[in-house]
Amino acid sequence: MKSIAPILTVLAAIVLLWYAGSVALNAKWTYDQAARAGESVTVSQLLSDTMHQKRPVLPAPHQVAQGLWQGLAGQAITSKRSLVYHGWITLSATLLGFALGTGLGIVLAVGITHSRAMDLSVMPWAIASQTVPILAIAPMVIVVLASLGVTGLLPKALIAAYLSFFPVLVGMVKGLRAPDSMQLDLLKTYNASQGETLRKLRMPSSMPYLFASLKVGVAASLVGTIVAELPAGATRGLGARLLSGSYYGQTVQIWSALFTAAALAAILVGIVGVIERITLKRMGMA
Amino acid sequence: MGWAIFAILFWLCAWGANAWMARRYGHQRWAQFAIPALFGITVLLVWEGLVLGLGISPVILPAPSQIAQTFAQSGPILREDFVQTILKGALSGYVMGCGAAIVVAVLIDRSPYLQRGLLPIGNFVAALPIVGVAPILVMWFGFDWQSKAAVVVVMVFFPVLVNMVAGLAATDHLQRDLMATYSASYWQGLIKLRLPAAMPFLFNGLKIATTLALIGAIVAEFFGSPTRGMGFRISTAVGQLDLPLVWSEITVAALAGSGFYGVVALLEKLVTFWHPSQRARA
Repeated sequence: MKSIAPILTVLAAIVLLWYAGSVALNAKWTYDQAARAGESVTVSQLLSDTMHQKRPVLPAPHQVAQGLWQGLAGQAITSKRSLVYHGWITLSATLLGFALGTGLGIVLAVGITHSRAMDLSVMPWAIASQTVPILAIAPMVIVVLASLGVTGLLPKALIAAYLSFFPVLVGMVKGLRAPDSMQLDLLKTYNASQGETLRKLRMPSSMPYLFASLKVGVAASLVGTIVAELPAGATRGLGARLLSGSYYGQTVQIWSALFTAAALAAILVGIVGVIERITLKRMGMA
Repeated sequence: MGWAIFAILFWLCAWGANAWMARRYGHQRWAQFAIPALFGITVLLVWEGLVLGLGISPVILPAPSQIAQTFAQSGPILREDFVQTILKGALSGYVMGCGAAIVVAVLIDRSPYLQRGLLPIGNFVAALPIVGVAPILVMWFGFDWQSKAAVVVVMVFFPVLVNMVAGLAATDHLQRDLMATYSASYWQGLIKLRLPAAMPFLFNGLKIATTLALIGAIVAEFFGSPTRGMGFRISTAVGQLDLPLVWSEITVAALAGSGFYGVVALLEKLVTFWHPSQRARA
């Protein structure tokens, strides 16, 4: 708990820098307006004007907070302007994709630990695929699936699943191999079958690895969903909010969508963290 | 139909061959290259066979041969996009972002107070969907490569920073005390002991950052770009249903991504040759 003070100091410094930045970046517009009206600007006028522009280059923190509050609490939840509505669209695709990707990753990891051929053929590709900018194919997947008549939640969830799949696969393979040969030999002397070894030794000892990669995976699938919402045609979701904000120069809208996405990521990672702590504690590992 | 049956037969044979090789020669060097290579060839062949055999329209999924043909024909376009996105956008942003992160890490390393404040925030930011700042940065820096580089800088900064700070803390008391008994100054201690000790951690961050850099540069182009660049080409070619061109761009992105990663990994091997993880492999 002694790190609270330093964190608050750094946060305060960031907010201060942000205010200074918004004054500096928005000043040009204020000066232009004043020059057009033939007036001159005093320092106090400059400060108050740069804080309250309608379309600032960099909105001041309180403007973003206002936009966030408006979007989260000022609208009916079903309204198209409500961030809760857009956040829910993004969240549901993220969770569906995360569940798909995690399930598939675990199944494939179990296969890889039990088959040497699969290990040797799939693992190099799984590791190499981590170096490939997979997100670049997101718009293509969306458009192709749309032309097949698949729209809505599923295409976005597929991209989210793809992104969370590899971290889970790699982490889970490491975790299932974590038991050392002493422990494996012990189970062999008990005449345990492969299934029993998997259930009673490999699965429990892989849990710390699984949770570490789940945290990476859930963040990755949120990024995947947001990017999947960018291609033309999407009107719902946080990614679409970002894109329409950038088209119409609504900077406050972009920043509020961005902060909603950040809060969503933090909550998701936090939830996985809490589940991790409870699980590991009950298993006696934490 | 004949193609599809051939593909499935080939798949079964290759599976058998791989299982046999893995059982008999699994521990030999050549098998560890041959098995994944055969697996990759099989995937391509099954893809080709199924697309040809089942008559799947190229609008949905082009065959690998078709992609290869487009790849060979549209060399100038691909080269132009490669220069715009990878060399100008990703690479310059990568160098600036990683450089800034290393400098900041060395600076905040002197103050434990700042470290305790910045590290949790850095870790937190590293998990956020940072690509979201792309529309803002495109607004600030214009459509050309500068805005892409800016997105890349923001994306790579925090992973590298967190790793570098952890690396600078990686020396133990004994080693630092030894430097003190040599009456080494702060800078001598930094250059001769702590920077080399931080290298394995730094390269971890640099390797993560290579992929992030490419993703940032490509995704930022979806928010606006001049009429060249890989992200631009992908989104417009998708609109024209020119899927072979899209797949060619993806091939370039994949090759560039693995090449970039490979270069950084090679550098790591040269710089951290003393580290156990590198010695074990040789």
